[in-house]
Formats: sequence, C-alpha cells, structure tokens
Amino acid sequence: MPPELNPHPAHTAEPPWSDPDRRLSPAAAQAVVEALRTLLPADAVLSSQQELHPYECDGLAAFRRIPLAVALPRTEAEVREVLLTCREHDVPVIARGAGTGLSGGAMPHPCSVVLSLARLNRILDIDPVARTARVQPGVRNLEVSEAAAPYGLYYAPDPSSQLACTIGGNVAENSGGVHCLKYGLTVHNVLGIRAYTIDGERIELGGGALDSPGLDLLALSIGSEGLLLVVTEVLVKLVPRPALARVVMASYDDVGKAGDAVAAIIAAGIIPAGLEMMDRKASVAVEPFVKAGYDLSAAAILLAEADGTPDEVTEEVSEVERVLRAAGATAIAVSSSEQERLRFWSGRKNAFPAAGRVSPDYYCMDGTIPRKNLGHMLKAIEEMEERYGLRCMNVFHAGDGNLHPLILFDANRSGEWERADRFGAEILELCVQLGGTITGEHGVGIEKINSMCVQFSPRERTAFFSIKEAFDPHGLLNPGKAIPTLRRCAEYGKMHIRHGALPHPDLPRF
Amino acid sequence: MSAVASLREIQERVIDANRSGAPLRLRGAGTKDFYGERLEGELLDLRSHRGVIDYEPSELVITARCGTPLSEIEALLAAHGQFLAFEPPAFAGDPTIGGVIAAGLSGPRRLQVGAARDFVLGAKLVEASGEELSFGGRVMKNVAGFDVSRLLCGSLGFLGIITEVSLKVLPRPRCEQTLVLRLSSQDALAVFNRWGSLPLPISGAAWVEGSAWVRLSGAPPAVRAACQRIGGDSVDEVGAADFWGGLRHCTHRFFDDSTIWRVSVPSNAVLEPGEKLLIDWGGALRWYAGEAMGARARTLASGVGGTAMCWRGQTVQPRFHPLSKTVAQIHRRLKQHFDPRVIFNRGRLVAVETGA
Repeated sequence: MPPELNPHPAHTAEPPWSDPDRRLSPAAAQAVVEALRTLLPADAVLSSQQELHPYECDGLAAFRRIPLAVALPRTEAEVREVLLTCREHDVPVIARGAGTGLSGGAMPHPCSVVLSLARLNRILDIDPVARTARVQPGVRNLEVSEAAAPYGLYYAPDPSSQLACTIGGNVAENSGGVHCLKYGLTVHNVLGIRAYTIDGERIELGGGALDSPGLDLLALSIGSEGLLLVVTEVLVKLVPRPALARVVMASYDDVGKAGDAVAAIIAAGIIPAGLEMMDRKASVAVEPFVKAGYDLSAAAILLAEADGTPDEVTEEVSEVERVLRAAGATAIAVSSSEQERLRFWSGRKNAFPAAGRVSPDYYCMDGTIPRKNLGHMLKAIEEMEERYGLRCMNVFHAGDGNLHPLILFDANRSGEWERADRFGAEILELCVQLGGTITGEHGVGIEKINSMCVQFSPRERTAFFSIKEAFDPHGLLNPGKAIPTLRRCAEYGKMHIRHGALPHPDLPRF
Repeated sequence: MSAVASLREIQERVIDANRSGAPLRLRGAGTKDFYGERLEGELLDLRSHRGVIDYEPSELVITARCGTPLSEIEALLAAHGQFLAFEPPAFAGDPTIGGVIAAGLSGPRRLQVGAARDFVLGAKLVEASGEELSFGGRVMKNVAGFDVSRLLCGSLGFLGIITEVSLKVLPRPRCEQTLVLRLSSQDALAVFNRWGSLPLPISGAAWVEGSAWVRLSGAPPAVRAACQRIGGDSVDEVGAADFWGGLRHCTHRFFDDSTIWRVSVPSNAVLEPGEKLLIDWGGALRWYAGEAMGARARTLASGVGGTAMCWRGQTVQPRFHPLSKTVAQIHRRLKQHFDPRVIFNRGRLVAVETGA
C-alpha cells in the first residue's frame, strides 16, 4: 500500500498533511492532474507553472506555495467530482473564493488541488417577501446587495473588500465589516448553507426555517476556514435598507480620551451603525490621498454613524454629539449630505491602501481586546515601535474592540519582514493577555497559526482537531491551517522562550 | 461553596462517571426537564457552580458560571438599563444561565435581534476527561479556532458540561409600544412579511385567537412613526408585558393544551391555518395545539423546508425533527471524540449512541 493510503492515525497524532514539506512522487502528481482532466472541461484544470502562479497566495502575499493544480468547476456536480478525485488520490484540497483573504487561508499546499469556486457565481433566487437570497459561493459580497436593492433590501456584512470578496469566502472566514456592531457578522446573517464533505456527501445546514434539530453545525461551519466542508450554496438574510445614515466625526487630543468616548457612547445606551477610530499616524497617511477633511492636529479621530428614519437619525446624532463633547472632543463635524458622509468614511476605508502608498510594505494585524484596554494597547504599540524600529499606524473597529495596527516595513531591507512579523506576534500576545483574541475577523489561516499556541491549551487544540476529524476524517481539507499541531506549538514554545531569555530584549534582533 | 470547589466537584463526578461508564443527567433548575428526547442517568445538579464573574456595562458583555439564576443576571443587567435581548424562556420557574444556553431557546424578540446563539461570545466546557476547556472569549469579534461556544448553544449537554458563558448584552430599547389588530391568520402573515421588508423597528409579531400583536422597540421617533404606519389599537404596558411574557415563557393559555407542536418554517410559508394555531417570529414559528396536527406536522414542515418538533404530549420518536444521514454521522463522530462512553445526557439531544 502506498504511504498516501495508510489508515488515518488517531486525532492526537500529527495530521497527515500538516507537514508543508511533504511531497508526492511525480507519477502520483501526474495521476491527479490527469484524473481531473478526464472529469472537467479543458479550461477548468490549470497545471502549468504559468497558470498556477496567480494562485500561489491570497491577500497575504508573504506566504506563497505553488499548488499541484487548480480546478475551476462550473457546477455543484463538478465540485463533488473534484472532491472525490482528491479523496481517491489522497491529496489536499484548498477551497478558494476571490483570494482576498488576509491570513493566508487560501495559500496552497504544494501537493494540493486548489478548488476555485469563482465560477459558481450565480444569484439563484431573491425572495423579497421572506427577505432571503440564495446564492452560489462565488458571488461577490456587494453583488448580493446590488441585486436586493430594487426591493429596498441589502446584505448587511460589508468587509472592506466587498467589491471583490465572495460570499463563500465570507462564510469561511466569518467576515465582519464596519457595521457589524449593530448588524452582526456573517454568522448572524447566514441562514443556511449547502455543502459537500470530502467524501462527496451533500449536507444542508440551517435553511429558511430558524429552528434546526441537533447541534448548531451551521454556526460551527461559519468561520471554519475551509477545514470542514466545501460550501456550494448560501442562503443569506436580507435586511431593509435604512432610510438615512449620517456620520459624526470627532477629534481628540489624546487616544485614551477617544477610547473613553467610545465606552461613553455604549454606556449611554447607543449602538451606532458604525463606530471607528484612527490615530494621527493613520489620518496623516490617508489625508493627502483622499482629502477627507480630517483634523490632522487630532491625536485620534472617531467616526460614529447613525442610521434609521430621518427623525431617529436626528435624535441619535444629537445624542452622540452630546456624549462625544462631554468626553472631551476638541472638534466635531456632522455629515450634512450623503456625499459628505461618504467623504468622511473614505479615509477610514482607504487606510490599508494608504499604508501601501506611504510604505513599500505593510503588515495588517487583526486582534480584538475589551474596549477598556484600548489606551493601554496603544501605549504598548508605541513602545514596540521604538523597540522594533518600525512605524505602526492604527485603525480600529472601535465599537467592537477590533484593532487593525498596520506595521510599515520594507521587505527589500534585510531583516525588516522578520521584525515586522515578531512585532505583530507581540501585539497578538498582548491581545490575549488583555482578555482578547488574536483574530477578530481575518482568520488564523497560516499567518497566525503560531499565535494559536498562545491562545489555546493543548487539549483545546486537540478538541479542534476532533471537530475537524468528525467532518474530514482523512485530513484533506485545507490541512495545516487554522489549528497548530502539538509539535508545531512545542517548537514555537522553545523558540519563544529563547527569545524571551535574550539579554537586552529592547534591542532589535534579526 | 467556592467556585473552585464547585468546579472540582463537577470534575470529580465526571471523572468517576467516565471511569464507570454510568451516565450523568445534567440539570440546572430543572425548568426544561420536559425538553428533549429523554432523561437518563444519575442527576448532576449544577446550581452550586454559580455567580457572575465579570460584567462591565460599557463592554456589553456578561460572564457568569453555569448555575447562576437567570433572574439574578436579568436584575443585574436591568440595573444598568441592559438586557438579554434574545428573551430566554423561564417557563414557570427560574432557570440557570447554563440551562438557558444548553437549550438555546429564544423568545419573541428573535425576529429583531437574533437567537440565543447569536449572543454567545464564549463558553467553558468540562469534557468527559474532566478537564475544563475554554472557547471564544469576552469580546465581540473572535474568529480564532472553530466556534465551539456557539456550537454548545442548544447542545443539551451532548458534548459535555457548559460551566461558564460569556454573553453579549444590549441596551434596553428606549421606547416600546405594542399594537393589536383584528386579522385572520393569513392576513397577519401577509402583513408581517410586508412590514418585515420595511425599515420598521418591529421586535415582536405574533398572531393568536384572531388578533395580530405587533411590538415596536427603538428610538421614540422611530416607534412613533411605525405606530402610525401600522395602525391598530395601542396596548398598555401591563397588557403588553402579559402578552409577550406569555409567548416567551409559554404561559399563554394557548399552551395549556396537552399536545403542542412547534413548527419552524420560512416566515412566508403557507401551511394550513387550523383552529389551534399561534404564530410567532413574524410567521417563522408556528405552534399547533391539540392532537389533530400530530405527526403530519413533520410532513407539512418538511414540505416547505422547515422542521417540526413535538413540544409536549403524543409519544412521537424522535421528538426533534430527524437529522439527515450525513448530519447524524457527524454527530456520532463528534460524540465519539468528546464523550466516547456516552456519559453526558444520554439520548437527550439525539440518539446517536445506538448507531455509534
């Protein structure tokens, strides 16, 4: 029996494909490609180096691997065939949407087949009465809202990549957006999924009815990063578009005060549709490009959006203004037109591209902390900037404590990426220490896999592997992602202690 | 008893049970003993592991041990103008928060704010080995690892004992008004669905005994505008609290019948109206009283993509809507990993053990 067909070891052992260096024999690799070619049309299987190149990474370009092949099925039946083929040949499958993910969740394994769902891109049904849309996974997030617009409805989660990212990818990552404090994450807005297991079994979870018998496998599947199932259809909830939205922009001369203002809004019983914060480094970086009219003298800017009926918005805006002033705002502006509202938001929404303009490279973090620790975290980041010799600009989904520090570096300068990587890991560890998490919305993928060792105990990680095994007993769906193996954590732990024990910990190290 | 001692006691009971293979029946206040397929095993009362661990109103999160009474949590939140927005049913008693989450049931406000599971941010689980594991956390957004804390919501002890939960809380709506309109059940369903697609702050939409009841919650101007749009007669605060409480806790006289079916369908699904019908969640939840509906409920529900459970009366097996083959297999495998000797709440959520 070839080693690939060995019985699967118990779940406490190393999963078979967690080793990124494991390779297939050329003959075995060739057999996979040929099997795919007999099943799918010629244009649906890519295998030359040139064709595979665009699939070597997702939105996190620091981690790259060329896959064995890429399959581009057009139908659910073809998706199933691809899965069965990979199962039969015992090779990993990496499901992929638009490839906009920021944690390397769609980075291939060298022996894997990338299963692109981009061609399953049809909106199957919009039911304006039940307020649902049934869509294929390759449909782009914004397309759903566009299709629902004639009925006065929209799909609430709006990740910043919503122009490009797909619903399938959103389900895999449990994506959020700037409005999730009030309208929820993907898990709150997906009613049901249809999916396939690696064994080609179709499974329906949730649906148009709200009660589902048994365990809530739908909630478990959302955010499972392609480790459990391959989704082929998604039923999403549509909500009525508010009649009006206005945004209040407030300046603060101290980031701690801005953080306290966020808590004060919540304490006043207000849940704004969006509540965002950026520090001066971020506003200074974006202002020249977007001309949003940001107060560059402010240490931090807060954006709070009110939506609803015109009367409701007027009332909430004046209440928000009152609270923000009482919390020490040095200046306040309220959008007076839709154009102005979009302009106020444009800076926040362009923070990532702006980071790319002011620095050759940037590394985006995604931790979440209890809001009360925001000031503490910002001071700690300032201290880390000194220590690592790198700049960091900060944007936050302040309403839900989700931070996106953007560490600026130049990959062409020796050692800068390594320093940025360690800088990021230190921020994430502080998130855990402050009672938060290493990832609020971008996912673990390959990027934060070491940080998972800090957040979860060995037994908790074993429980995760048990869950994976219940869905995917052969360990073929996106192996090596999201959950670190015991061995990996042991190695990371050793390295960690060594760093911690270094003399002069304040000196940059390479 | 200290929390350390009460946790240790739970862990010791679990370790003993796992050694002997004798099943445990997990129980809080016992308000939901009627709920589930069956009760089996030696009673493990979880009420002594209690207490609120952390609550800061401006963080919108409360963390409590499983045995904490719901009434204690609700009183604490109310003192800060907040509440558990999913309106967990207390039935005729005072359930524990562990039981609330283990059952995962939600009240009439579900149509506006979501279900119990939508408010679960984190949970601790004592698994069959006796070890306490922690999943999720106390923050709004968290995608590290599989979402086990939400998986535990509604799990009825299938994977182990929920010993601690962190829940998102919300500010109480600043204004609330209930309206009542005389309508047929069909007309009520039609208007519920029509209003649902408009930006109206509807936090309850129910129909029973020839009347549609609509609750509006939110900012005063929004509630006022919606009242004008919807019409009908205003219900005073006491009458409103009575009615919505009756639905939430299943204490409305409709639930006096000895046989009750709970049918979950898309909100606009057309089912036979029937004499003994109560509609909640704007049409997404239909309760049928009396034996007339019987097991037909399941066929009817399946026909429109829904599910039906026998809430009370009639010896229907299983009481919950049956699982598909693939879903049942995943349950079996999860059980094998988390509770291989099947010591926790044997057969209560789903009888997978026999086929395991």
